[in-house]
Amino acid sequence: MSPLHLPLLELLVLLPLAGAIVVSRVRDSHRARLWCLLFSGLTLVFAVAAWLDLAFLNVTEACDPWDTVFRFSGRRFLVIDELSAPLLPMVALVYFLTALTTMRTKTRRFSFSMAMASEALCLATFACRTPWGIIALLTLGTLPPFLEIRARGRSTRVYVLHMLLFVGLLTLGWGFAESEGSGRVHSWWAIVPLLAAVLIRSGMIPLHCWVTDLFEKATFGTALLYMLPLPGAYAAVRLVLPVAPDWVLRSIGLVSLTTVVYASGMALVQREARRFFCYLFLSHSALVLVGLEVVNPIGLTGALCVWLSVGFSLGGFSLTMRGLEARFGRLSLTRFHGLYEQTPALAVCFALTGLASVGFPGTLGFVGIEMLVDGAVEAYPHVGITLVAAAALNGIAVVRAYFWLFTGTRHTSTVSLGIGIRERLAVLTLAALILGGGLFPQPGVASRFHAAQLILTDRAARHLDDASDLLPPKVGATDAHDSAPEHLDP
Amino acid sequence: MVNMQSVLTILALIVAGAPIALLGILGLSALVGRRLSERTTSGIVQLAIFAGLFAALSILAIMLVNGERHIPIDVGNWVVVPHYHFSLKLVFDRLSVPFVILSFILCGTIGAFASRYMHREPGFGRFFVLYALFLSGMVVTSLSDTIETLFAGWELVGLSSALLVAFFHERPAPVRNGFRVWCVYRVSDAALLIAAITLHHLTGEGDFDKLMGTGPDSLGWPLGKASVTGNQALAVGFLLLIAAAGKSALVPFSGWLPRAMEGPTPSSAIFYGALSVHLGAFLLLRAGPLLESSMWLCAAVVALGLITALFASLAGSVQTDIKSALCFASLTQVGVIVAEIGLGLRYVALVHILGHGFLRTLQFVRAPTLLQDYRSMENAIGEQLPHMTDPLQRLLPERLRLWIYRFAQERGYLDSFLDVYVVGPVLQFFRRCDAWERQWTDWLSGDRSRESDQVTAVRDAFDDLL
Repeated sequence: MSPLHLPLLELLVLLPLAGAIVVSRVRDSHRARLWCLLFSGLTLVFAVAAWLDLAFLNVTEACDPWDTVFRFSGRRFLVIDELSAPLLPMVALVYFLTALTTMRTKTRRFSFSMAMASEALCLATFACRTPWGIIALLTLGTLPPFLEIRARGRSTRVYVLHMLLFVGLLTLGWGFAESEGSGRVHSWWAIVPLLAAVLIRSGMIPLHCWVTDLFEKATFGTALLYMLPLPGAYAAVRLVLPVAPDWVLRSIGLVSLTTVVYASGMALVQREARRFFCYLFLSHSALVLVGLEVVNPIGLTGALCVWLSVGFSLGGFSLTMRGLEARFGRLSLTRFHGLYEQTPALAVCFALTGLASVGFPGTLGFVGIEMLVDGAVEAYPHVGITLVAAAALNGIAVVRAYFWLFTGTRHTSTVSLGIGIRERLAVLTLAALILGGGLFPQPGVASRFHAAQLILTDRAARHLDDASDLLPPKVGATDAHDSAPEHLDP
Repeated sequence: MVNMQSVLTILALIVAGAPIALLGILGLSALVGRRLSERTTSGIVQLAIFAGLFAALSILAIMLVNGERHIPIDVGNWVVVPHYHFSLKLVFDRLSVPFVILSFILCGTIGAFASRYMHREPGFGRFFVLYALFLSGMVVTSLSDTIETLFAGWELVGLSSALLVAFFHERPAPVRNGFRVWCVYRVSDAALLIAAITLHHLTGEGDFDKLMGTGPDSLGWPLGKASVTGNQALAVGFLLLIAAAGKSALVPFSGWLPRAMEGPTPSSAIFYGALSVHLGAFLLLRAGPLLESSMWLCAAVVALGLITALFASLAGSVQTDIKSALCFASLTQVGVIVAEIGLGLRYVALVHILGHGFLRTLQFVRAPTLLQDYRSMENAIGEQLPHMTDPLQRLLPERLRLWIYRFAQERGYLDSFLDVYVVGPVLQFFRRCDAWERQWTDWLSGDRSRESDQVTAVRDAFDDLL
């Protein structure tokens, strides 16, 4: 495996960890935010550098030049490849912007040190390809929200029950899978728990109520940082997709598709902004999973594009709502707030990011959703049609929220509620990414297509191995190839 | 020949690029918080309109001189990966050129009108950003040679229209109406996208000239033969008809059109009176060869057009404000245009659209001075204007007349029908699910799980907005 020029992957993990330690020792919340910004900003720079380094090396995967873990364990723990390369900067950017846009009114409530620790875990997860490593990191990642909910004196039962189930099933499933060996088709004992674990972590119905509960009880920042990078989808790609037989993928696809429609419908009837966002997010998270399970190059490429689009567009959307909450408190969607005149930039950002998330033309999500639907129709025509219907519902829900929050009346205030320079920087960064990625989508799509091809090649190779294990010796490779999944493009 | 092709490509890029550049300039300046002055905004708008119109007229002149009916311009692939491409193709033919020229002339007129009408309005800049978005959408839709590109333009028109209806957004009524428009447009968008995907799936093509057989090898629009079977044409055509019905306010989606009059007069004039309302008819014209593949589809188009015309004529006759009366008059004509398309009278429909668009724009722009106009006329003839009554009315029984009057007054109960039988059950289902979720999380938590309940009122959000 080719090494990067610098140990960027280790830095990506160690830097936020160091930041967490430093920030936890700072008493003043304002200074804590500044330290957090410094560390998360540097992490973002290194994440972009790692992506660029991989691109310049012109290889499909790379590791650190002197991998400490490899020296002790003989395993490559941190690896960057075509799938994770853009996800790492996306995760780092979301954390950076969350810290950047945290207002003074919220700095006491939002734990910057916990956010930095969570960033380290999240980046490590996305840079890890070892199954047990991913499972361990996902398990550790469940802790920061739990600690926060508990510290706020709220009931942790819903969250804890679901996360225990998630961790237990993931461990059980992979334990069985490993005991059965890598060279054979896995039994139901291995596959079903893995499938259930991924569905729980991704918030698919009927196991999604912990997500709405998390958004209710944790701070908005913590909840969105826990959900937004889609670690459930990452677990699906790394743990389930390579080994799952077609029926498992179809099952995930069916559950995800139901979730897409259900969550988009639920977003329409929510009466509070945070819950509305939660369902909108669940719908998009399920959209990504649908694309992953379509398992053809176009659908998978679309899903990977939508993954990035969700990160940036719903990231911006949620940060806008968080900015509004910091000014006006929890926002009801049962009366007009008329905030446009007070915060026109936030209104524009809200509309832009919301529309980008539903794939409006000229934005980052447009081509991704087009490809996803196209790929879905290739595999199962009814899936594509359902996705279009859900996208229409999501579009209605976004504009409905926009109208309730920003129009309908005129909000008067004796103090200025406009955005400051930090928020404007965040708005402009997101706008540049969403519009830039939407108007010039080719580099992003080509990169995601390569990643999709690698995933499919890996899956095909494993399935061919499995098929050849099961076939009698006289049957040649041609027959095995014929029995390979039909989704592989000629 | 090579030089002529280069000239055409440059002109085509100017036609499509001018509105997009206008949108970029106005949008970016708003985004970075650097508001342009009214004078600068008007100047840039005029420049973009003149550039686009000049280029479109030049292309028309070249087509007339060279006797060409179909000029495709391949801008290139926007996205290309193996097994998938999204190509940007424009087409200049007998349908797109008149439509794009109509768009530029009417938008130019209204741009000049609005720069005075909207003078010192707080939302002057916002109006012109939405105006630019609308113009871009119209031009992209008119010139698109692929169904995907058409869809992109179609959505731009939809968003700008909904936001313009809600332009005076400090009042609830325009916002509610804008939301209603948006909901109908989303249904229309979804139908169009599903039609596009289905066509792509059936034929492997997204280009109109291949789908409709109107490419350079044929005689161009309106002649051509669709590359699908009759049953496939019926299925796809039905979806296109839903899309067109949503965009052109045909029955049963007609309720949004009078609501759209909440927007500023310039936007009402150009968008719902002249351009936007014809976009559905434009789509049906573009998909003409597809309609011809199925007799049932043609019959459905004619029936829908005539029903819409009849409904709009009835509803328009009882309106008491000028903008509502004009919008139903528009809808009557649109219904007739759609019926003409269904009957295969493509050129008649196209000429009807052009004439109707210009006339209606003039009427809408003059609407605020209607009383002054009436006074001038009465002064000129020296007596009150005669009150015309329909002699047919006397032939109808009293009860039937009253029923028709109520039906027209309630605008055919179309909005109520959609609310009660379509929107209502869907919302009820999800509200029931929401209640079940609440019970489930309460039980798991062992207490009241929703803090958000403290910030919400008991009113129903969606219904209230609609």
